[in-house]
Amino acid sequence: MTLLIALVAGVVFGIGLTVSQMVDPARVQGFLDVAGLWAGTWDPTLAFVMAGALALAAPGFWLARKRGAPLVGERQEIPTARAIDRRLLLGAAMFGIGWGLVGYCPGPALAGLAFGLRETFIFVAAMIAGMGAYRWTLEKL
Amino acid sequence: MAPFSPVDALIGGALIGLSASLLVVALGRVAGVSGIMGGLLRPWGAESGWRIAFLVGFVAGPLLLGLLGFDLPSVTVSGSAPLLIAGGLLVGFGTRLGGGCTSGHGVCGLARLSPRSLAATAVFMVTAAAVVFVLRHGIGG
Repeated sequence: MTLLIALVAGVVFGIGLTVSQMVDPARVQGFLDVAGLWAGTWDPTLAFVMAGALALAAPGFWLARKRGAPLVGERQEIPTARAIDRRLLLGAAMFGIGWGLVGYCPGPALAGLAFGLRETFIFVAAMIAGMGAYRWTLEKL
Repeated sequence: MAPFSPVDALIGGALIGLSASLLVVALGRVAGVSGIMGGLLRPWGAESGWRIAFLVGFVAGPLLLGLLGFDLPSVTVSGSAPLLIAGGLLVGFGTRLGGGCTSGHGVCGLARLSPRSLAATAVFMVTAAAVVFVLRHGIGG
């Protein structure tokens, strides 16, 4: 049951990324290109995607908190960390640089594999290597 | 690239939010793609199965849409192999160090009103926008 729910959630997420065109890095970079605000070429897509996502995710997190336990399985694993520390800020900045350079964040890159472009496979392989580099260095500290 | 469609963006975003709600209410897990991928680099355990099922869904989602005869968006990935590799490494390492990406911090974190996620989201948005500005309008742009 757990596996089926996770698979369905993944499929719905993947379809959402495709319908919203977030699988296209050019569109994401069009949003990130704020100079387009003045040139009239800015692409507001990502803002609408975030608005749609938050409108449906917020009630879910509210309900999950209220229930205190998942429907399937024993316990919830919802982050409890509160500190805005150096790791958080440095990590977010590194991620932002990579995201800006290519226009891919992890979800769309993964869903993008379905489109079969060589560039996407190179990016995802490097991304996994980057995660591995963290796993075998700083994660152990 | 198709013109900006607010309806597609909102529907796609809503599906992403629905997926996050399903995962947190049913399984008590956060739909953070980088955390779920990074978790798979640890030894096999009770959390591994649902993680793989969820991520497989990301690739299956767009493939399913294609099989059902829907028009898939165009995907344009620009950049040389070294740029793609640098971007992938930064996204992989940075999201793990910062504890999340666009889905974990940007959607799930903001949906549960986490100040940590708000800080991370602000940092990666601003950094990514700065990088795109330099890429497109900076050196020789």
